[in-house]
Amino acid sequence: MVEHGDIRVVHCGGSKINFRDPVITHDSRFLLCASGEAVKVFSTSTEECIHELRGHTGLVTGVLLRPSNHLQVYSSSLDGTLRLWDFTDGILIKVGQRFQLVAVHLPQSGDQMVEAQELSAVLSGVNPNPAAIAFGRGGEFIASVNDLQLEVYFFKKQKSYRFFLKEDNKKGGWNTFTCVACHPKDDCIATGHEDGKIRLWRNFNHKKEYTYSTLHWHHSTVSSLCFTPEGTNLLSGGVESVLVQWRYNQESERDFLPRLGGAITHITVSPDGSLFCTSHSDNKITIIQSCVKVSAVIQGLVKGDSIRTDLMMDPRSKALVLNGKPGHLQFYSLQRDKLLYNLDIVQQEYIHESGLQQFEVVKAAFDASGSWLATVEERHQKAAELELNLKLWAFDEQTQSFVLNTTISAPHDAQITAMCFCQPTDSQTTLLVSTSKDGHFKAWQLAAPAHTEDEGPSWLCDFVSAYHGLVPECCSFSADGSLLAVVFQEVVTVWSPSTWELLTTLSQPPGAVSDLCFGRLSCSKYLLGTTASNLLCWNLLTCSLEWTTSMDVRRLVADPLSENMAAFCYQSGSTDLFVFKPSEPRPLFSHKAVCSGKVTQAVFAPREEMLESCEESSQWLNRSQLYFLTHFSLITRFLLSPLKLVIDDSVAMTPFYLLLGKHRQQQQETALPQTSTSLLLLFFPFFSQLLQTPAHVLPSTSYLCSMFVQSLLISAHAEEEMESEKEEEDSEEEMESSRSKPELAAAAATESDTPALTKAQARELRRVRKLDHSWLAGLLDS
Amino acid sequence: MASFKPTKIQVYPKLGEKVTQDTLYWKNYKAPVQIKEFGAVTSIDFSPVTPHNFAVTAFTRIHIYGPFSQEPVKSFTRFKDTAYCGRFRSDGQLLVAGCEDSVVRLFDVSGKVALRLFKGHTKAVHLTDFTSDRYQILTGSDDYTCRLWDIPNATELTTYTEHTDYIRCGVTSKLNRDLFITGSYDHTVKLFDARVEKSVITMDHGQPVESVLLYPSEGLLVSAGGRHVKVWDLLKGGQPLVSLKNHHKTVTSLALSSNGQRLLSASLDRHVKVYNTTNYKVVHNFDYAASILSLGLAPDDASIVVGMTNSILSIKHRKNQEDSKEIAGQQRRRPSYRVFVKGKNYVPKQDDYLVSKPVKEHLAKYDKQLQRFNVSKALDTALGTYIRFRKPEITVAVIKELDRRGTLKNALAGRDERGLSQLLNFIIGNLVDARFTPVLVTAAEMILDIYQSVIGQSPVVDRQLLRLQDLVKREIEFQKDLLEVLGMLDTMFASSLPRKEVPCSGHFEKERCKF
Repeated sequence: MVEHGDIRVVHCGGSKINFRDPVITHDSRFLLCASGEAVKVFSTSTEECIHELRGHTGLVTGVLLRPSNHLQVYSSSLDGTLRLWDFTDGILIKVGQRFQLVAVHLPQSGDQMVEAQELSAVLSGVNPNPAAIAFGRGGEFIASVNDLQLEVYFFKKQKSYRFFLKEDNKKGGWNTFTCVACHPKDDCIATGHEDGKIRLWRNFNHKKEYTYSTLHWHHSTVSSLCFTPEGTNLLSGGVESVLVQWRYNQESERDFLPRLGGAITHITVSPDGSLFCTSHSDNKITIIQSCVKVSAVIQGLVKGDSIRTDLMMDPRSKALVLNGKPGHLQFYSLQRDKLLYNLDIVQQEYIHESGLQQFEVVKAAFDASGSWLATVEERHQKAAELELNLKLWAFDEQTQSFVLNTTISAPHDAQITAMCFCQPTDSQTTLLVSTSKDGHFKAWQLAAPAHTEDEGPSWLCDFVSAYHGLVPECCSFSADGSLLAVVFQEVVTVWSPSTWELLTTLSQPPGAVSDLCFGRLSCSKYLLGTTASNLLCWNLLTCSLEWTTSMDVRRLVADPLSENMAAFCYQSGSTDLFVFKPSEPRPLFSHKAVCSGKVTQAVFAPREEMLESCEESSQWLNRSQLYFLTHFSLITRFLLSPLKLVIDDSVAMTPFYLLLGKHRQQQQETALPQTSTSLLLLFFPFFSQLLQTPAHVLPSTSYLCSMFVQSLLISAHAEEEMESEKEEEDSEEEMESSRSKPELAAAAATESDTPALTKAQARELRRVRKLDHSWLAGLLDS
Repeated sequence: MASFKPTKIQVYPKLGEKVTQDTLYWKNYKAPVQIKEFGAVTSIDFSPVTPHNFAVTAFTRIHIYGPFSQEPVKSFTRFKDTAYCGRFRSDGQLLVAGCEDSVVRLFDVSGKVALRLFKGHTKAVHLTDFTSDRYQILTGSDDYTCRLWDIPNATELTTYTEHTDYIRCGVTSKLNRDLFITGSYDHTVKLFDARVEKSVITMDHGQPVESVLLYPSEGLLVSAGGRHVKVWDLLKGGQPLVSLKNHHKTVTSLALSSNGQRLLSASLDRHVKVYNTTNYKVVHNFDYAASILSLGLAPDDASIVVGMTNSILSIKHRKNQEDSKEIAGQQRRRPSYRVFVKGKNYVPKQDDYLVSKPVKEHLAKYDKQLQRFNVSKALDTALGTYIRFRKPEITVAVIKELDRRGTLKNALAGRDERGLSQLLNFIIGNLVDARFTPVLVTAAEMILDIYQSVIGQSPVVDRQLLRLQDLVKREIEFQKDLLEVLGMLDTMFASSLPRKEVPCSGHFEKERCKF
């Protein structure tokens, strides 16, 4: 039987693991952390993800071990549920439906439910940050900080004390509280402040006679504080990315662990005190032994403020490449949802200070074989010149990593807007083209050293050109490397890289061309471009416009292994996807509302082994998968799944199923938006399905014909309506039993798409369609 | 925990000559020994046998020098007029020389008086040579003839009168006793065979030929004349192979290095150029004080001897391998290499427990200060005397790093008169260096901002600030001038380029028409 494809959007990784503080289990073997809508269980020794506790439908906001059973863990989520898990086996034990929780905090002794309910009752105006609340000394009191106020509530006395700090002390420091921690044995509360001070509060069960001492090492905000279980040490961390260990009562003695990575956001200690664990703003968890030595690093996908480099695929490792930590390029395995390694591009000491302009990797490009990597880093300082560096990295077979070959400082006078390598793998000369806002584009070539024999080849500028002083926006090489297209605002210029001759110019005003893509394989004569309102396709043989459609394409991606192209276009708050071949006017596949918001980054990743799928709408996924980045910083992909999986649990758990289930459309040939959806078109997929099925598996034509005619006839007879109603019910049952997805979605789509139809018409149409399908589905199943 | 990343020192491309194997090889000569001769040195010839003495023909004398002596070991002075072209026989026993008085003299190297006199030419003889069978002599003269003589009975064997101008150079084949080549001022190079009456091959050089040279294989011939050096393929019947035009005056002499890989040409433009004989590119260049007339290269390239018009003979001896070793030996007072690699090659046995030694990272002094955020001290270290003068790029890199950290202002502030004048000195010295300008301009602006209030308190600093102002003013003027020149050049280039119509698609054309 032929496998039937069903294309779904699946979230496949890259979620944050530093959203809430992680938890280390009693035996220090596992580390649990909230990651998007799941809880991940990592091994502390091997850094591997062992289980993923899935079930929540909202963002997981807190994870906590169950005090009474050390093999169980609670998790809270924005979906308003509290779930109890067995993390060693990854099984959901209990679901508690409750009010929406921001964070779970349990005292070390006592009934957690009662305490949690009390929490909402006893304190008002609580800071939403869970670091701002702490239980003290076996659950005797709870301390909460907010703004300039520390509030301590004693459960036994049912009384709360409030302490205020002055807004600003004389030295210009900011006294605002940021975090709080309570000593486990002693009556002592440690609070962190925005000016980098740590205050240790004592005697706080009196309104007046409270005292505090101040520790000052951090130069900026203290973001996390934690006492070790015995209370001998206090750990603090902040933006400096230095873990400071203070001896309790001997505060002058400190241990430091510098340069841990991004800013420290959370610090936790394992219950036996043997392991510390710090979460960092660059989506990283560091596991540190109590002797202040790093033992393991769990690194998630780093998504900084913005993804300046596009999503790219490393041709060698098939890893996703984008800029990650400041000054680094990250290589991320999509299959394993794991960061492979970071490549240090800038090679400078990162200064952890907010408001400092740092070098950032803004552009990167791989050549077709993956043996060269070009990166651009820039640093733009106010009242100073732009600092730009173009770096060329060669892949070293011995060390299996990229080695810096050439650094070109100030390759252009202004920011580089685009960069691309010449594609062909067989040619000896490698060519890189960079376009810049200074109005020039430059070609760089690998040149053998002129004199010295000991140095290897390096990159030199081969050609510089401009076009009427316009700013080049993007550039692209044709698949065989014989043509170079550079976009100068509205004009596409086509150059020959061998002679550097301007061959032709193409233009389609109005609107500047923002994205450019050559067709591949059989469509290599086409050049595609996008403007703000149009998708344009030029024929390079005739130098004329082949076709154009009006759509707001935000991102145009070409599949490197086939002719297919994917266009993400933004329409009324959500993004639609169209997959098409430049030579064919109809899209191969279209998907309305892939996600809400704009999609500006997407990439085709080649599959390891080719799939065999004969269905037209899903053939484009045979060779490669399409990944895109949503604004939640999740990587999502299109997945080909068998038909029967629709009501399967594993699908129900994926968030995108729930989000997008209603909007899903399959196997429906939607033309481009401006073409009105005609009723006939709705039948099209069934016909095509019929026509595509190999003739030898079909029943005889006479059998088919009678069924087909019958199915058409039913709607004509008014007196049979009652019967047909029954049939409709039958067919619905049948449909559910067959669990075929397409009808559901198609029906939903028709309902949503054709509101102009009267109810009677709609019902009729529905019936026609359902009946129409039922015979076909039965036929195909047989 | 990542380790501290040291400050990146920008590597700037070295200006000037590139260091290659060739430059290293040809620079490995001692300072030249200069010997004053009696007149212009017209010919230098090395003896083929050890100790490779060489005969220097200058004015009316031929001096023979030993390989290391600065005084001639032998002199032949029995010439009535200017002598020309003293050449050794292949056994180094006999020497032949032409003369302005048209008589060719043959000497025994150990004797003083000429053994034979060959009379027959009517004008000055500029070319003399022995044939490879050692019994004949080739001569070429200004009477347009070249002749072969028999040594034992001093008789003329053959006369060739094919040339139509002075014969000034020539060479005999080392492999065949009958073949010889002559170059003449009639622009031709002719290959003669003594067995026939006529020349076998004629090659047109295009300029009066001053020197010819045969490759050891004798398949290739090099001729020099005018500004050109030409290489001919004799095996293909005298086909021109390459024409080199690297001198800007007449090329007077040619030589081949001992391994045949390099060709040397000397010229009146006072240069000796070294070519690679595979691609005929100039790989090295020697400069001399006066126009060069003759060039000689000792076997194994042990010395380069050059004779010039100002009658000075310059001898460059190759540096000895032992000499350089001796210098190295004097320095070696340190622990031996073995001390440092001790235990490095030890292969651990199976049961050994390996304790990895932490690799101690070496950081420069300024980096250590930067690691501790001591910004002022880091700048002070980078402004140390040695770094400041010898490696300004380090100082600039540290300033840049401080700027990147946003602490340059702190580092620059709080300096006394001495410190500030030191800093200003550095900035004045390097501000106009294009490599450092962007960084130092920022620093200079900050200094002015910081020390604005104390201007006028110290005469030293004030003077330096005035100097800085002058410097900036001058630099701006220069830049303006340069821009002007650039503009002129652009217009010149633009007007000289042929206009080319850029093909446009029809649509674009239409759009343009609309506008």
